Amino acid sequence: MSMLAASEPLTVLIADDNMTDRMLLSSIVRRQGHRVLTASDGQEAVDVFAERRPQLVLLDAMMPVLDGFEAARQIKELAGESLVPIIFLTSLTEEDALVRCLEAGGDDFLAKPYNQVILAAKIKAMDRMRRLQATVLEQRDQITRHHGYLLNEQRVAKAVFDQVAHSGCLSSPNIRYMQSPYALFNGDLLLAAFTPYGGMHVLLGDFTGHGLPAAVGAMPLAEVFYGMTAKGYGLAEILREMNAKLKRILPVDMFCCATLLNLNFQRRVVEVWNGGMPDGYLYRSESGEHVPLRSRHLPLGVLSRASFQEKTEVFSLAPGDRLFLLSDGVIETANDDEDLFGVERLERVFELNRDPTRLFEDVQAALGAFHGESRDDVSMVQVEMVEPGELEPPATVYSDSGASSPLNWSMTLELRGDTLKRFNPLPYLLQLLQEIHGLRSQSGALYSVLSELYSNALEHGVLGLDSTLKRDAEGFAQYYEQRSTRLNHLKDGYVRLHFMVQPEGRGGRLTIDVEDSGQGFDPHQVMSRSPEEEGLSGRGLKLIRQLSDKAQWSEDGRSASVEFSWGALA
Amino acid sequence: MAVNADYSADAKELTINIKGRFDFGSHQDFRDAYERVDGSPQAYKINLKETTYLDSSALGMLLLLRDHAGGDTAKVKLVNSSTDVKKILAISNFDKLFEIE
Repeated sequence: MSMLAASEPLTVLIADDNMTDRMLLSSIVRRQGHRVLTASDGQEAVDVFAERRPQLVLLDAMMPVLDGFEAARQIKELAGESLVPIIFLTSLTEEDALVRCLEAGGDDFLAKPYNQVILAAKIKAMDRMRRLQATVLEQRDQITRHHGYLLNEQRVAKAVFDQVAHSGCLSSPNIRYMQSPYALFNGDLLLAAFTPYGGMHVLLGDFTGHGLPAAVGAMPLAEVFYGMTAKGYGLAEILREMNAKLKRILPVDMFCCATLLNLNFQRRVVEVWNGGMPDGYLYRSESGEHVPLRSRHLPLGVLSRASFQEKTEVFSLAPGDRLFLLSDGVIETANDDEDLFGVERLERVFELNRDPTRLFEDVQAALGAFHGESRDDVSMVQVEMVEPGELEPPATVYSDSGASSPLNWSMTLELRGDTLKRFNPLPYLLQLLQEIHGLRSQSGALYSVLSELYSNALEHGVLGLDSTLKRDAEGFAQYYEQRSTRLNHLKDGYVRLHFMVQPEGRGGRLTIDVEDSGQGFDPHQVMSRSPEEEGLSGRGLKLIRQLSDKAQWSEDGRSASVEFSWGALA
Repeated sequence: MAVNADYSADAKELTINIKGRFDFGSHQDFRDAYERVDGSPQAYKINLKETTYLDSSALGMLLLLRDHAGGDTAKVKLVNSSTDVKKILAISNFDKLFEIE
């Protein structure tokens, strides 16, 4: 505040019933360069104040009609939030009278007889206080205004984001989640989508930082997640793309911790990738066991394309099993004593749980009991393993007319050696098959069958993996270990996919033949296995039979043929 | 929170000491510690002996230093971390980028 401003003339109200005193004081104040208003009793003082709004009031305590104390109270009330300093003029010397002056809202007092120097100093000091208060109020209003803008911007940004994330399936009956509506601005991100094969992808992410910077990276991440999931890409390809994209667009010190899940309800497996998130859990409802889903990787957006690791872990699941993911806000929830909720307390909830359907509520209740209120960076999600077909993925909306639907063609795609290691042909095949309008109503079944056929040809055929290994959890882990090792060492071998589309009457038929370079198997024997023998191993062949119109295997088990037909389009 | 830096006797290694909480509040001090030094150190040592807490923005700052020191060829060592700090570094798998002692 400049000196100039401090010496600006003020309008000062002087209220005193003694005319001599009033005139004396008026002339002193005027000489000091201020404008003066006068009143001869308390009521007049209040009236003049209401009408002229002086900036400072000198008030005699003892006045007729309305005394100084009551006048001060009314003036303060009229002044509202802005500070109008009141200096009591008093010949009172008793302590409690002076206290009454201050209690009535007086800011200072001046004893009679008046000392000009002291009066000038007090007016100056009061003026400083008045200006300070005005500045504070102005800044407060400014902050309120800016906060309003910020909230509005967040609302708009969130609305845009919700549009990007609209295709999500967080409302699916097998998903429970808890997240602040503005979690996005804490960098928390929760996404879920059905795969074209009838499975589900889930992502829980946590960007470094807060506010807009944390939210900015969420948009491209969500787009990659939904776009690639819908096109039939697997976790490995999605992860590579997300990492590369974030690495390219984010500054060096920003990254995104994330856990991704790929649930396959048909095969009853979940694929997990955790980079930098706290342990998630696989809760087995049969045994009550909770298996940690540990962070094995650096967060997304840190490593270059070349050094990024998309290796996932695979776990077997039974219907009713639950996957539980959480942000660090859960573990770092603090109580009044600044103790953290911590991993031990969380795991204790899992141990004490007797009813798996109440697991999510139990965790919520434990957090509530610990802290009382929830922080806005607490995100948790629980995904339940269900029987295939129990969930109904929404119908895909196609934008084309169907007039160009190709109905008479065939194609052979042969993938050899090295290509089998990293290349996933399914998204490309899906895109092609999607052009056949007659098949769209059964696209879920078609894609499930195609992915099943391809996995079988690669895993049991080319890699020679024994599906009976998957009978128990231990063998299951072994199976995926072997899959990864053998794939790494793969030199030759092939998977050949042949597609033929033929018109039939007003409909048509698609035939898919899949052949591989493996040893083959005895299809009769595999088909006749009892469920006990099968355990966790492939229900693959039966599934293919169920979902396709016709399915058969060659005697040597090295090639499979399935058919999908459709009638006239409505 | 306090950040200071000193050179090894042969002036080849810069040690940055971080006291108290290592979070966004230390951003400027941490950057100054390696950007405003004379000479060009060949290696860096982050002494976390008196670091009580480390959050994700601190991890971001470590990435900035690594980038400054040459990215994949950078020699950045994190030393003397407490159990809690080690846990955070382990969850993020930062041992894949930094030598942690």
